[in-house]
Amino acid sequence: MTARTETRLWLAQRGSAAVLALCVAVHLATLIYAVRGGLSAAEILSRTRGSAAWLGFYLLFVAAVTVHAPIGLRTVLREMTAWRGRSLDLTMLLFGVLLAALGLRAALAVFA
Amino acid sequence: MPDERTLEVRVWRGREGGHFQTVTVPRRASQTVLDVVSWIQRHHDATLSYRFACRVGMCGSCAMTVNGKPRWTCRTHVDKVAEGDTLTVAPLANLPVVKDLVADMAPFFDKWAKARGRFVPESDAPREFHTVRPDTRERQAADAGIECIGCGVCYAACDIVRWNRDYLGPAALNRAWTLVNDVRDTGNDARLAAVAGDAGCHACHSQEGCRTHCPKQINPTASIAGLKRATTAAALKGRL
Repeated sequence: MTARTETRLWLAQRGSAAVLALCVAVHLATLIYAVRGGLSAAEILSRTRGSAAWLGFYLLFVAAVTVHAPIGLRTVLREMTAWRGRSLDLTMLLFGVLLAALGLRAALAVFA
Repeated sequence: MPDERTLEVRVWRGREGGHFQTVTVPRRASQTVLDVVSWIQRHHDATLSYRFACRVGMCGSCAMTVNGKPRWTCRTHVDKVAEGDTLTVAPLANLPVVKDLVADMAPFFDKWAKARGRFVPESDAPREFHTVRPDTRERQAADAGIECIGCGVCYAACDIVRWNRDYLGPAALNRAWTLVNDVRDTGNDARLAAVAGDAGCHACHSQEGCRTHCPKQINPTASIAGLKRATTAAALKGRL
């Protein structure tokens, strides 16, 4: 992989980390608020369904995870194991696709 | 009245598969670890191999592992590092051992070359001297890292070097950063490409083992952070 691509991956990982810091904080705060307020699943869904704001928020969250996790896992695997090269890169790409699919499914489920 | 105290010194003998030999050495006032090693070679075993030159902290050739930490031995006082009356002296870590306390520095300096650590002048010699003002940002950044003596202490202290043998290491990257900030140099596009990626600045975890152990109080981690910024800017501008 070229120096330019490696640098862009590094930048994408740092940028997505900044987005995740915000998203995780909002997500956890909402979670604690909903649980402590004693909201049922049905009550939570009644607030999120049809809400473009919540859909937008969770789509952003999923996008950040999809960028952040595969790049980070690739770095960890390269540091901790001898796995390098194209097979690792493709596997991480597939891992990203899997995360995106699972994340989109969850985001759409709270919207519709 | 002579000092009757002694020091039990465990000194590495042989190559990677070698062993520690225990030698009793007389304690002296203001004794350095290099003094101890020299005493062993002169009075106990003339076949002990070690490396030194200036003895005043300028040449960077006498670095060894002292009680588990990399140090310049000519300016390390025994009183400050001895654990009780014992001292363990071994060659620098993360480098092949030639013999006894002599580490092979070739991989270390090969990485300076890989990081494009050589000054690249303009193709035509300038007619006038370059004026590099001391108060400019570039000059101050270069000054912060320029006093490196190439001793290899940071390289031996770096965990990333330990688990990624291709990693260029703190000293080579620090050298690259001083050149990135040298306004007379013309080799930065190739240099930034050489120091980016898994074997370069982006592999650094910013643990600052290099900064902790550098005998010249240089902060290579800050230099590496500078390279991360410079490579990012170059990548965004399409120059990488």
